[in-house]
Amino acid sequence: MQKEYTVTVYTEDRCGITNRITVIFTRRGINITSLTTAETEVPGVYKFIITVLSNRELLEKVVGQIERLIEIHRAFVHDEDEVVYQELALYKVSTKSLHNGDIEKIIRDNNARILTITPDYFVLEKTGHQQELIGMLQKLEPYGLIEYTKSGRVAIVKWSRRFHEHLKDLSLLEADNLKD
Amino acid sequence: MQQKDVLPMKSEDSDKREAATPEIITGAEAVIRSLIAEDVDTIFGYPGGAIMPIYDALYDFQNKVHHILVRHEQGATHAAQGYTRAGGKTGVVFATSGPGATNLVTGLADAYMDSTPMVCITGQVAAVLLGTDAFQETDVIGITTPITKWNIQVTRPEDIPGAIAKAFYVAKSGRPGPVLVDITKNAQVGKLDFQYKACDYIRSYKPVPVLNMESVEKAADVINSAKKPYILAGHGILISGAEKLLVELSDKAQIPVASTLLGLSAMSTSHPNYVGMLGMHGNYGPNINTNEADVIIAIGMRFDDRVTGEVNSYARQAQIIHIEIDKAEINKIINADVAVHADAKEALTALLPLIKKAEHAEWLETFRAADREEEEKVTRKELYPTEGQLKMAEVVRFISEQTNGEAILVTDVGQHQMIASRYYRFKNPNTNITSGGMGTMGFSLPAAMGAKVGAPDKTVVAVIGDGCFQMTLQELGTIYQTQIGVKIVILNNNFLGMVRQWQQLFFDKRYSSTEMINPDFVQIAKGFYVPGRKVTERSEIAGAVKEMLDTPGAYLLEVVVEQEDNVFPMVPAGAPLTSIRLE
Repeated sequence: MQKEYTVTVYTEDRCGITNRITVIFTRRGINITSLTTAETEVPGVYKFIITVLSNRELLEKVVGQIERLIEIHRAFVHDEDEVVYQELALYKVSTKSLHNGDIEKIIRDNNARILTITPDYFVLEKTGHQQELIGMLQKLEPYGLIEYTKSGRVAIVKWSRRFHEHLKDLSLLEADNLKD
Repeated sequence: MQQKDVLPMKSEDSDKREAATPEIITGAEAVIRSLIAEDVDTIFGYPGGAIMPIYDALYDFQNKVHHILVRHEQGATHAAQGYTRAGGKTGVVFATSGPGATNLVTGLADAYMDSTPMVCITGQVAAVLLGTDAFQETDVIGITTPITKWNIQVTRPEDIPGAIAKAFYVAKSGRPGPVLVDITKNAQVGKLDFQYKACDYIRSYKPVPVLNMESVEKAADVINSAKKPYILAGHGILISGAEKLLVELSDKAQIPVASTLLGLSAMSTSHPNYVGMLGMHGNYGPNINTNEADVIIAIGMRFDDRVTGEVNSYARQAQIIHIEIDKAEINKIINADVAVHADAKEALTALLPLIKKAEHAEWLETFRAADREEEEKVTRKELYPTEGQLKMAEVVRFISEQTNGEAILVTDVGQHQMIASRYYRFKNPNTNITSGGMGTMGFSLPAAMGAKVGAPDKTVVAVIGDGCFQMTLQELGTIYQTQIGVKIVILNNNFLGMVRQWQQLFFDKRYSSTEMINPDFVQIAKGFYVPGRKVTERSEIAGAVKEMLDTPGAYLLEVVVEQEDNVFPMVPAGAPLTSIRLE
């Protein structure tokens, strides 16, 4: 059965690594619904967080094929219950709506914060799950929403043990110094 | 998070093959000197604009490196594959940018599927021109990412030795595969402080898994209690050099051994426990008994769909032990009851002492009974026909007999491939070279050429269909220029035989675009100064094969065979193995 899964991949910092990973999904016709990547706490080691709609059996195979790539450290597949995750959204809203008293309630109810205010617009930030972010989007709609943008997923695995230590161990091993 | 994997460690001899003192040289010269440091003495290639500095540097090293000028870059890749699989050394290919690089694609994909190490070096436009649609620029890294084990673009001269060192290490280690190093022209002409250091460690890459003894012990228990154990021997046996251990295992517990297409020659076909080839056109016993065995020991193979037939009905009754170095292959197609994630040789070395002596006479007899049935319904008529046109199988029989099963057999793709693989009596390891996973028509002529270069003391016989031959026949030019003594046998049925067979059996004999109106192959060979002969009669074939083998150097033998001959047994595509047809 198709469900939303989070795939996490630890990689070396190498030009083209995103392509290497994504072709393994596309070969099997799996659509990536979000992709977040950034350097981990260990310089030169990157973490990809990929969300997909698929099934576990298939994804275990995909993860195996990703893990066999030369510049991949590890890859994992997690279902919703195995990760704590957040996404971040920004909302640009017309400043005129500030005159309306309800906007304060929306900000308070959503634990949103104001990043900037100009005479024309202001920008709100909210973190949460997709549905919560969309919920606030719908609330803001009547107030002159100008633009909405949302990040991919940032996730932490509930069952991980000493992964930070493991990454630090990696940093003790020499990375090759080939540049792209 | 799981922590049981051991981090890769640097080995003590990592400093071997290191240049004594640094020198300032060009990137192009660094390419050649890096290859020499990797013990490369043969390169298959084709020059062009973007790789000219490397060819210029090669000019100064002609006494150390033999460059074989092919007639098409695809030929270079297949030649490198044949070279590796016959001689054991990693094949090296040179090609220029753009079309030179794109012509490598088929060979790279073929080598990737069949786990063949190969290092391809392509020239590329200067770094400043990358991405600008410059003349003969193509995104070769993008194109080859899904079909190489690893690839890299080098834009600075100082990165050349490191990239080549890493390329060889990746290509050869673990489950081998092709790699590609794309070097921009500015990196070739720029200077560097040259010092070569072989690579034997990449921190994100663990090519050889740590053997889990628990899994080996579990495998031994399962094998020791088996009534009908059955070994499926794959290419991994040959790659890891575990042929002798395979025979020991089979002898000790009297376990029948069947081979995959690429596993052929891992065990001598005359060994009493060798039961034949698996797969769509494999032998009868090996296929039907897959669904009779109680324990299947799959070694260094990946359960290709041509082997399994319909997966859902594959060996449901059996416990599966899968010994495999590539973790991604374990549970990919067939779930393993016992997974031994390891190099085949290492796993068998650990397994053998735990295996108890056993007899499985009755079980082995079921294979022999199936053999007799196949013999009666298929084999005898194929090998010893007395009337009608020549059959492919009898030609292969003559080649097999007259070479004493000791030649390197290089086959192309289609009916002739299946026939040759079925009927050649392999004696020694690494004497079967074919395109298995990709099924690349045109593979065998260049691959045979490479095989002969890699194993010059062996007789190399390429068995080729008339269709396949015309895909890469220009390599006759290479064979002539380089004086490569390959024996070429064209089994000519004037059809794309395998497709025609499917059309006959599954498409109501609607022979859509499979008939070939062929040229005079012997005349073509003559044009390339390769002697040859055409045979149409049964009475001539033995003498013709002898003439071919006795003639020094290259020789082309065209044999006109029965036009609408079919390969049996056959498991229809996607059908259960039990639906195998003998006629």
